[in-house]
Amino acid sequence: MVERRPLLDLVSHLILILGVIVVAFPLYLTFVASTQASSDIVHPPMSLLPGTQLVENYQAAWSGTGGGTGSTAPVGRMMFVSLVTALVIALGKISISLLSAFAIVYFRFPFRMFFFWAIFITLMLPVEVRIGPTYKVVADLGMLNTFAGLTVPLIASATATFLFRQFFLTVPDELVEAARMDGASPMRFFIDVLVPLSRTSIAALFVIQFIYGWNQYLWPLLITTSEDMYPVVIGIKRMISGGDAQTEWSVVMATALLAMIPPALVVVLMQKWFVKGLVDTEK
Amino acid sequence: MEKRVVFRSAWLPWALIAPQIAVIAVFFFWPAAQALLQSVQQADAFSTRVEWVGLENFVNLWNDPLYIKSFYTTAIFSTLVAVLGISLSLLLAVFADRIVKGALVYRTFLIWPYAVAPAVAGVLWLFMLAPSIGIVSFWLRAVGLEWNPLLDGQHAMTLVVLAAVWKQISYNFLFFLAGLQSIPKSLIEAAAIDGARPWRRFWTIVFPLLTPTSFFLLVINIVYAFFDTFAIIDAATQGGPGKETSILVYRAYYDGFKAMDFGASAAQSVVLMVIVVGLTVVQFRFVEKKVNY
Repeated sequence: MVERRPLLDLVSHLILILGVIVVAFPLYLTFVASTQASSDIVHPPMSLLPGTQLVENYQAAWSGTGGGTGSTAPVGRMMFVSLVTALVIALGKISISLLSAFAIVYFRFPFRMFFFWAIFITLMLPVEVRIGPTYKVVADLGMLNTFAGLTVPLIASATATFLFRQFFLTVPDELVEAARMDGASPMRFFIDVLVPLSRTSIAALFVIQFIYGWNQYLWPLLITTSEDMYPVVIGIKRMISGGDAQTEWSVVMATALLAMIPPALVVVLMQKWFVKGLVDTEK
Repeated sequence: MEKRVVFRSAWLPWALIAPQIAVIAVFFFWPAAQALLQSVQQADAFSTRVEWVGLENFVNLWNDPLYIKSFYTTAIFSTLVAVLGISLSLLLAVFADRIVKGALVYRTFLIWPYAVAPAVAGVLWLFMLAPSIGIVSFWLRAVGLEWNPLLDGQHAMTLVVLAAVWKQISYNFLFFLAGLQSIPKSLIEAAAIDGARPWRRFWTIVFPLLTPTSFFLLVINIVYAFFDTFAIIDAATQGGPGKETSILVYRAYYDGFKAMDFGASAAQSVVLMVIVVGLTVVQFRFVEKKVNY
């Protein structure tokens, strides 16, 4: 605080409160809608106070017994698919990036820099620019509608590899010398020294990549055609495909809220690492 | 920068790097090469016959008024998303930076949308702005504005821009806040002692020192608007009404998977690749500058 300016402080709080209200309103409305009967929602204006249908709506969503003309796949199963996908993507990205960064930093071998740049270039090939052919590869490998198809094509990570490379380069050489003098093998050094030292970066990346995995849309949209392999984000979209009058909005909103909870929990509970992860991965 | 001390092994590094290389070879480079190849070929609907057509797919794109229009749509959309998103979050970050008490509470509320999936964000805003049931549409109608994003292209564009900006505010806000907190307090104090008021201090000291952050966010927001908003558009408007909100990525998806025109879709993929490469180059040149800064 440079100087006291009570009026400006007041203005600051007012603007921030206004910002929070605007940002939070859609979320609040989702919650309110998920507690009302669909018949009340379709007659505008809907009430802005919570209704009485909370338990019924969430039960209908969870077990897939809501009406409506869109898809009625059970959300319980979809949440499970999303959870497995997000965890496999996050942990997979972290593991294969740790290994490749270890190889690139701590070994000298032919084509080392070639591999490094090959990984780098994948930054420029997001799934959106190669959707058709990637779909074909996955189809040819028989990976449509499987967890492998949902996760493996997404677990390469240039950003994670870079982050770990940068971090390994700051690890003092004395540690390697000490480890070698004690007769530790490279893998022992990796597991007992390097991985524990990288804890913070791993936590930060986990938050970012979990959200990335959970929120995937285009890729699962292409490769999942059977309801029992839909991640929850796709499920919501399929529920509203019937047009807005026939849609069971209260159930859709209950599903949307359920779909938000796991990533939101990760962000809020791991806020410190989340901010660090965000700022570090973009450097 | 290189390590002085390294391990020696003939096979271990290969084994360590193999998983990553296998994934990028099979799911990145092979498909990208296929896209390049298909963009100069024309296949019939059942892929039984493939013909070499040279640059014809690109020429067709160039001559397609709808494709050129989706360039304009993308340009308008990404400019709106970047400018609105950046200025709103800068405003919030500047005031959040002033506040001592309760800053963490505001931050916790403002970062929430980052966790929301883009497709879900699209559905939420559609729910608020849908013509018959949306509560915001109802309010708009109450003040005399006939709101219908299902019929009016500009309304549909407003809808997807709002959803995209809302989703991205958290990200921009965090970066601006980090940027603001790294500005030395002594600079601001010196200016205050010289009699500069907050408004003037912001424009002559804070804002210029934030230029690297702002420029970085500009690139990131454009990339976001180009590629990551696909889910918002597919959930909220499906590129409609007509083709009014059909951005380049949406169109590439539509031609490849709905219209089954693989040659055209592949050519569009190649155009998109060129755009990504351009944006990445801009971003990295800038990152170098930031390091020297």
